[in-house]
Amino acid sequence: MSGPTSPGQAAPAKRETFSSRRLFILSAIGSAVGLGNIWRFPYIAYDNGGGAFLIPYLVALLTAGIPLLFLDYAVGHKFRGSAPLAYRRLHRAAEPLGWWQVLVCFVIAAYYAVIIAWSLMYTIFSFTEAWGDDAEGYFFGNFLAVAEAPGIGFTYVPSVFFPLLLVWVTVIIIMVAGIRKGISRANSILLPLLMVMFLLLVVQSLFLPGAAEGLNAFFTPDWAALADPSVWAAAYGHIFFSLSVGYGIMVTYSSYLKRRTDLTGSGMVVAFSNSGFEILAGIGVFAALGFMAQAAGTGVNDVVTQGIGLAFVAFPTIVSQAPFGGLMGVLFFGSLVFAGITSLISVLEVIVAAVQDKLGWGRVKASVVVSVLVAAVSLGLFPTATGLYLLDTSDAFVNSFGITLGALVTVVVLAWFLRKLPLLSAHLNRVSTIRMGRVWIVLVAGVVPLALIYMVANEFISKISTTYEGYPEWFVGLFGWGMAGALVVLALVLTAIPWSRSSKAHYDPEYDEVVKEDAQETAP
Amino acid sequence: MTPIAITMMIIAILTVWGGLALAMVNLKRHPEDEGALPEEHAPEL
Repeated sequence: MSGPTSPGQAAPAKRETFSSRRLFILSAIGSAVGLGNIWRFPYIAYDNGGGAFLIPYLVALLTAGIPLLFLDYAVGHKFRGSAPLAYRRLHRAAEPLGWWQVLVCFVIAAYYAVIIAWSLMYTIFSFTEAWGDDAEGYFFGNFLAVAEAPGIGFTYVPSVFFPLLLVWVTVIIIMVAGIRKGISRANSILLPLLMVMFLLLVVQSLFLPGAAEGLNAFFTPDWAALADPSVWAAAYGHIFFSLSVGYGIMVTYSSYLKRRTDLTGSGMVVAFSNSGFEILAGIGVFAALGFMAQAAGTGVNDVVTQGIGLAFVAFPTIVSQAPFGGLMGVLFFGSLVFAGITSLISVLEVIVAAVQDKLGWGRVKASVVVSVLVAAVSLGLFPTATGLYLLDTSDAFVNSFGITLGALVTVVVLAWFLRKLPLLSAHLNRVSTIRMGRVWIVLVAGVVPLALIYMVANEFISKISTTYEGYPEWFVGLFGWGMAGALVVLALVLTAIPWSRSSKAHYDPEYDEVVKEDAQETAP
Repeated sequence: MTPIAITMMIIAILTVWGGLALAMVNLKRHPEDEGALPEEHAPEL
């Protein structure tokens, strides 16, 4: 039996830290730059006013994205804990918010890895152009062997299962190695590699015939779009997903920062790097789509697509037709793999950190148990003939009713119920170079919740009015609505489970020291 | 490319990458306060 906490208890392991600000910034960029930057942003911008989209995009970035990013930083850095512990230290009643975010990360990690596995296979396929002259038929038919109708099936597809296993083994190794030897090191290798590969891809795309037409389509402004509220909603929506804010990642990463770190100065670099990469992706993707349109003898608007269709149907087609297409394929799919892995490890870290804190486990034990558990769910449910339907549904619902709704509830609770924004603003300003004062509070308490309410309401109406994608009702009910609701219930259950005696919630001399120093600094 | 598309491309690149450049200059001008940070080695090192 473990006795009550006493000063005589062995000191728990020191909280890990990023060894420098640079490594934190690299890791935060690695997390923010993901598949969405490459396959989502170009289409969203094109579809919402082209060049004119820049205005709502920048407004959303400055009035919602960056303020919310700093809110996450402030919570994680001030309370020095995983999402549940940090929110619990902020206020006892806020702990479920942290668990909700942890569970959202669980769902995301399980399917996100699958897309990395596909990309890995397509990097190899690029050498032989395995898809022949029917990229669409190959992807859905030959490669994924997608079943006729959604359901739960256990017909495994080996060409997805084994690369997925490889992805998980790689990721587990990174997670076990910890913040410095694992996450920092992986990001400091993969992120520069991603940048170089992606730049080469953009340059190659720009030299393709038809590239200029693609860029015309992407950048020609449609000023009338600025009067359309849905364009502004698209800008805010994209910024939320793009910056990885509101679901625990930035809370967790910033909890590993040393005490005196310039939070806002670092955050600006992270936010603008993420946007800089997106603009680059827009240029590369639309130059390539311009070539595709020219080769097919159609307009760019006939070939424009996003997501899975862009990556696994349009790009293979481009690879087959372009000079040095094989190289282009390796650069494109390799970029997806690297961008995906640096994001996946940040999502997993949210869960690992939470388990470490709650149970008082060491790094190795927590990361092995968590990663193996997520990997088991991922390997068990997704590399099957019906996996694509499940992936599509869980992605749609966890985005709308996990990330977006979760961010809304968190912001409202922090700003309006617990009224913690002045405290957090003071923390940001204690060390940081860019001041976050009253304007920041107004943005976080006003603009951010309004944008989130609009998004959640929109999603709710569209998902309630027609069954998602026309999938069977029981399927969407179970894996869409059911899953999203279960996350909330489970978050409450996890909150109700008491913190282990050896957990940081009960005994954390390092944090006590921080609180004492803070009190001395703010004393009159 | 059409002049308007070129103009918008240049504006987009200047604002976003210009913002990044400013953010990096700001950070460079305020180096990490190493004095206040005794370099600790992580337990696994």
